[in-house]
Amino acid sequence: MTKKNEASITQNGRGKLDKKTLIRIHDLMIKSRVMEERLINMYKQSQGYFWLGGPGEEAFNVPIGMMIKKGQGPQFDYCHFHYRSGAQMLALGMDPMDSMRQMQNTATDPFSGGRNFAAHYSKREWNVVPITSTIETQYLTAVGTAIAQKREGGTGITIVNGGDAGTAEGDFASSLVWATRPKMELPILMIVTNNGWGISTDGSTQHGEKNIADRGKAFGMKTSTINGLDVQESWDALSEAFAYVRENRKPYLLEAKVTRLYGHSSATGANLIAGEVDPIPLFEAQLEEAKVLTRDQMKKIREDYVAQMLEMSKRVRDEPMPDSSTIYDHTYLGQKGRYW
Amino acid sequence: MATIAQAIRMALHYGEKNLGLKEVFGEDVGPPLGGVFTATQGVECSWNSPLDERGIIGAAMGLAFAGRRCVAEIQFCDYIYNTIDLLKLAGNQSWSTNGDWNMPMTVMTPVGSGIRGSIYHSHSFDATMTHIAGWKIVMPSNALDAYGLMIACLKDPNPTMYLKPKALLRVKGHEAIPGEPELTPEGEKELRRRIDAPLGDRSKWKPEWPENLTDYTVEIGKGKVVHEGGHVTVVSYGRTLPICVQAANELESQGVSVEVIDLRSLWPYDWALISESIRKTRRVVFVNEDTEVTNFGEHLIRRTVEEHFYHLEARPKLVAGAFVPGVGLADALEMASVPQLDSIRQAILDVANESA
Repeated sequence: MTKKNEASITQNGRGKLDKKTLIRIHDLMIKSRVMEERLINMYKQSQGYFWLGGPGEEAFNVPIGMMIKKGQGPQFDYCHFHYRSGAQMLALGMDPMDSMRQMQNTATDPFSGGRNFAAHYSKREWNVVPITSTIETQYLTAVGTAIAQKREGGTGITIVNGGDAGTAEGDFASSLVWATRPKMELPILMIVTNNGWGISTDGSTQHGEKNIADRGKAFGMKTSTINGLDVQESWDALSEAFAYVRENRKPYLLEAKVTRLYGHSSATGANLIAGEVDPIPLFEAQLEEAKVLTRDQMKKIREDYVAQMLEMSKRVRDEPMPDSSTIYDHTYLGQKGRYW
Repeated sequence: MATIAQAIRMALHYGEKNLGLKEVFGEDVGPPLGGVFTATQGVECSWNSPLDERGIIGAAMGLAFAGRRCVAEIQFCDYIYNTIDLLKLAGNQSWSTNGDWNMPMTVMTPVGSGIRGSIYHSHSFDATMTHIAGWKIVMPSNALDAYGLMIACLKDPNPTMYLKPKALLRVKGHEAIPGEPELTPEGEKELRRRIDAPLGDRSKWKPEWPENLTDYTVEIGKGKVVHEGGHVTVVSYGRTLPICVQAANELESQGVSVEVIDLRSLWPYDWALISESIRKTRRVVFVNEDTEVTNFGEHLIRRTVEEHFYHLEARPKLVAGAFVPGVGLADALEMASVPQLDSIRQAILDVANESA
C-alpha cells in the first residue's frame, strides 16, 4: 500500500472555518477514529465477528454528517450510506455504544437486532436507509427517494455514498442515467470516496478514467474531484455541492480522494497500513498552528474518548444476545414468530 | 366481462384515486403504449422508465423508503433475473432492520407460456420468487381476482410481487368486478370503448373509467375452491388453473370427482385450505408450469408428506414444466415443455386410480 493521495494534500483555505466549527469537526473526527479503533479491538478480542469502517475518511465524512438536514420523510435528507459511514452517523448524533452493540450483535443493537454486520447502520427516524453489503445498490435506491423528493417539493435531498471500486458496477452507470432524465433531474448528491483500492486490487489497474467524477460530465452533471483528507477543502466542496442540489434540485457528482488506514476490513487484518496518509494529524497540525487547540487539549480529547469507549464496550459485553426464537420476527411488518 | 388486463388497469385507477398510489412505471408502461399487455393504459400516474430493470426495482425500493406507493413493472419476468439481489434486499429490509423499515411497493411482471414467446418471453418466475423471503406473492387466474389481488397489494405495507399469467391477460372474466358494466356483450363493448386506448394517435385520448369501482379486495394468503369434489385435490394457480378446471369437468363424466383449489397467493399460501381438502380426498396433485426441479409444488408436496403422510391413499404428484433451459418456440416444443390439458388430466386420473 502506498501513499497514493499524499501528493494532493494541500493547506489551502486554512482558517476560513470559524473556531467553534473547527473544534466541533475535530471532536467528531477523534470520536469517530476512537470508535472505529475500539470496534477493531472488540473484533480482535472476539467481541464480534467482523469489522469494517471508515478510518481515513473522517475529514470528509464528518462535514457530510454536519450538513445533512436530519429528520424523517421526504422533506428531510435521505442518506444512502455505505459501510464506511460511522463518522456521518456520529455527526448526526449516533451513540457510539449503538455501533458497539451491532459489533457484538446484541439484541439491543438498534440497527438490526444482532442480524447484520458492524457498520450496517439504519435509522428510519433520521432517513438513514439500511446500509447494504451489496456494493452499489444504494445508488439505485437513491434514485427512488430522490424521485419522491422531486415530486413532493421542499428542500430535502438524497445523499448517496460509495467507494471507488464499486463504480465499476452497472448500478453506478444506471444511477447517472436516472438522475439526469430530461425534465426529471433528481436532487441527488452522489458521492464517491476514492481510497484507490477494491479490497486487495489497486484501482489504477482496473480504471482508465482520470477521475471517476468525470463520468458525470457526459450527463451534463456538475462534478468535482477533491482532496478528502483536507477538512477545509472538504467543507468547501460539500457546502457548494449540498447547496447546489438543495437549491437547483439537480444532481451533483462529488469524488473525494481519501485513504484506508486499516485496510478493507477485518478480512484483511484490520491493521494500521504503513504509508497511508492520516487526515487527523494533518488537521491537528493546522489547528495547533492556528491556535484553535493546543496539543495538550487535543491529547486530552482523545484520551477521554478512549476511556469512554472502553467503558462502553465493557458495558455492551453484558447486554443480552438475541433469542433464537425470534428468527422469523419482522419477515413481514409487525409479524412475530413463524408465519407459515 | 373485463379481461385480466382491464381488471388490473381498473384496480390501478382505483388505487391512484383512493389508495394513495402515486407512481406506476416501467419500460413502455406510460403513454402512448400503456404496457406491452395494456395493463397500465390510461393510468394517470404511469410513466416510462429507462430500459433498465435494476434501475426500476431500485427506484421502487427508494420510493418505498420514502413512503410513496408505487407499482413497478418488469416487462417480462424473463428479464427480472438480473434484479435478484435487489429483490432479496427488498424482501429483507424489514427483517434486517428488526422491523424499523418496511417496503410498501408492488412489482408486477407477466409470467409463463402461452403466447409462443420463445426462450425469453415464456418463462415462469414462481419457483424462483418463492425462494425469496419477505415478499408477498400473488398470481390471479381470472379478472375478478386480478382486481381484488391488486387492491390487496396496494394496501399491503410489505413488498408484493404480482405475477401476471400472460396467456390469460386477455381472457374475459365470468364474475363481475364491482362497478364494471354489466356482463353482457354490450357491457363488454362499452368497457372497451371506455378504457381501451384507440389505435393510432392517442395523444388526446382519455379513458372514461367506470364510476362505481370499489375497494373489492382478495385477501393475500387466501385460496379458493373453484371446483368442488371428493376424490382428488388439485392445487394450481395462474395459466394452468383453468386447464385444471377443464380437466375436472371432463373427468366428472368418468365418475372422478375433482376438487380444484386456486391458490391465488404463493406467499403466504393457504395451507389450511389445502390441508382440509387433502384430509377429505386423501389424494393430491399440484400443478404449475415452472420447471419441475426445486419447484414450489415440490415444497407443497414435502409439506403434504410431512403433515399428511398417514392420511394419503396415493402418492402425491407434481405436474410442472420440463427441466429444460428454455421454452422452445415451435408449437410442439412449447406444448411439450409446459403442462397441457392431456398431461394434467392423465395425472389426475393416475392419482385417482392408484390403489390405496
